[in-house]
Amino acid sequence: MDSLTPLPLAVSLLGAAGLTALRGVLGRRVFELAAVAVSAAVALLLAALLAASIEAPIVYWFGDWTPVDGVALGISFVIEPLGAALATLAAVLVTASFVFTWRFFDNAEHLFHVLMLVFLAGMVGFALTGDLFTLFVFFELMSVSAFSLAGYKTEEEGSLQGALNFAVTNSIGAFLILAGIGLLYGRTGALNLAQLGEALAGAPPDGLVITSFVFLVTGYLVKAAAVPFHFWLADAYATAPTSVCVLFAGVLSELGLYAVARVYWTVFDGAFAGHLPALRAIVIGLGTLTALVGAAMCFPQRHIKRLLAFATVSHVGLLLIGVGIFTPTALAGTLIYIVTDGLVKASLFFCTGILLHRLASVDELGCDGLGAVMPLTRVLFVLGGLGLAGLFPFGTYLGKSLIEDEAAVLGYPWVTWVFIAASVVTAGAVLRVAARVFWGVGPGDAYDIKSEAEGDEVQPEGSRGGSGSTPASMWAMAALLIAAAFVSGLIPQLAGRVEVAAEHFVDRRAYADLVLAGVPPPEVGLPPAESSFKGALIGLASAVAAGMIAAAGLWHMRLPRTITRGATALLGPPFARLRALHSGHVGDYVAWLTVGVAVLGGLMAVMMG
Amino acid sequence: MSFAPFAVAAWLFVIGLYGIVTSRHLIHLVICLSVVQSSTYVLLLAIGYRTGAAAPIFVDTKPGAPAVDPVVQALTLTDVVVGATVSALLLALAVQVHKASGTFDPDELDTLRG
Repeated sequence: MDSLTPLPLAVSLLGAAGLTALRGVLGRRVFELAAVAVSAAVALLLAALLAASIEAPIVYWFGDWTPVDGVALGISFVIEPLGAALATLAAVLVTASFVFTWRFFDNAEHLFHVLMLVFLAGMVGFALTGDLFTLFVFFELMSVSAFSLAGYKTEEEGSLQGALNFAVTNSIGAFLILAGIGLLYGRTGALNLAQLGEALAGAPPDGLVITSFVFLVTGYLVKAAAVPFHFWLADAYATAPTSVCVLFAGVLSELGLYAVARVYWTVFDGAFAGHLPALRAIVIGLGTLTALVGAAMCFPQRHIKRLLAFATVSHVGLLLIGVGIFTPTALAGTLIYIVTDGLVKASLFFCTGILLHRLASVDELGCDGLGAVMPLTRVLFVLGGLGLAGLFPFGTYLGKSLIEDEAAVLGYPWVTWVFIAASVVTAGAVLRVAARVFWGVGPGDAYDIKSEAEGDEVQPEGSRGGSGSTPASMWAMAALLIAAAFVSGLIPQLAGRVEVAAEHFVDRRAYADLVLAGVPPPEVGLPPAESSFKGALIGLASAVAAGMIAAAGLWHMRLPRTITRGATALLGPPFARLRALHSGHVGDYVAWLTVGVAVLGGLMAVMMG
Repeated sequence: MSFAPFAVAAWLFVIGLYGIVTSRHLIHLVICLSVVQSSTYVLLLAIGYRTGAAAPIFVDTKPGAPAVDPVVQALTLTDVVVGATVSALLLALAVQVHKASGTFDPDELDTLRG
């Protein structure tokens, strides 16, 4: 199995290079088939590694440069189930996206597949590496390919500006990460995560350690799009090709959070363990803010991709809370939520892609009732909305309830309400879109919160805009992903198994022993199966509430006037101000990023110093 | 080891950010981003510097002779490559934005407001 370890990375990179070389030679269909074959092979390899890593984590040293006396000069891949699961999710989504685009672009779009494979290589390396600097290199690899994929439609103004905002903000995030790495290296002389953790353990964190932590974490949070680093996300996600959005919303943001968890648990846990309550308060607060801002921005959107983008921001907030609780159970819940929510959102983006293909529009009001000709897609879209709400048996309910319960144990019982609020509002927005677009429900013109992004005319992707039928390859992918999310909640012992993996993930000493000395980690017994009846109940209630919110969004004109007037007076001004902040201006976004770093650094210094 | 290089790194980072926030021209903005990035070069090289040590080229040197840290130099080199890629891509995007919108001024690009 060890020799398989570098293969997913090598296959995707060599595949990209090979396809570039052969693009003039192969026919279009053969070329696309080859791209699907490469990404499917990567997905299978990663699934095999995932299965093997559940038995025992795998440490692979490139060029056999193994550590001597706890000093690692070589570069390692450390494969454990959480990272491997994310890498597998990325490969599956890339494969689905390739199949989806089978009939999407009409012209030979060779570079699209090549860029996607490089993007995949970046994500795979990012999820598997055990070295802080390599983490930065893969971060940049996936970022740069993501920038160019976001700006792929070079003839569109919005797409280019979205890519530009994306590239500038994320590059600054990357420089912050590099500065953090430099400071840590200056202190410890190490770049290997395990060795860094060993060097920092024991001593209380001083100014330099806290500064480097803030730099690293904010860098990753720019990628994850936590408030106030999130501004670029809606611009980039709303304007990128749909088949790329699937990757962005499904796994890219989540990889940023994965890096926060990975770096905290391997490097900083030894130094910060005594300050965990303070750190927990800061990260949970940040997550809550993100969840609520995302939800508030999500509901009023009429541009469906932008709506889904803000739903992504909101869910990133929930996931950040899950990471920020800093316990293995919450981390297990976060992973389950990442994977299932990623599948649901990917499916929703595929459905939106089908809309774009059939109607050449993703404007909710513009598509009013026109979706009625797509009976299958509307079922999938509604299922996606229910999946976001966390209706049993979608695995989302399980992830959420694990995080909520753990938060309540640690003195944050109100986290449950944040989860309910964010899920209900985002799911409600999706259900509202479904009702209006696919059933023509609700008055089409009475919607008073006009989107200022109206000028964002959507060009049909490829030349088949306004086509007469949905190719099977398109709806099959949307159906497959939503089905996977649906079934995931039924896997027996899922929570327990992921918890075992999370226990290993957070054990810094065992990780260091494994990487630096090759000592296998101690056994962790499977926790007893708990019924998450309460979580399922909350999921059901959220789904019902989401339906009501959707109805309120559609028929708010029919509510008693006192209610609508009161709501407008109360919510109008803050909403308007919040919307005005999302200016599409890259300078503003960078200013917010700077403020965010300063505030986070200040909070850390005050609460931990 | 003096404090000066670290002050320079911090200054470059901040002044580059200031340039990006206040920029009225996308090309200028991309250059400012390069300024921010150059602060990381200074920081990394400063961390690896040893007073009186030679460059880390181990030909014709006695074992044990002091040399500056080669690891940070390798990191910087990687960083330079990354920077070149990002700058090239951003400049290309800026040119495309100009083609599509007819302006380089971020204040006039309002397609994505709200």
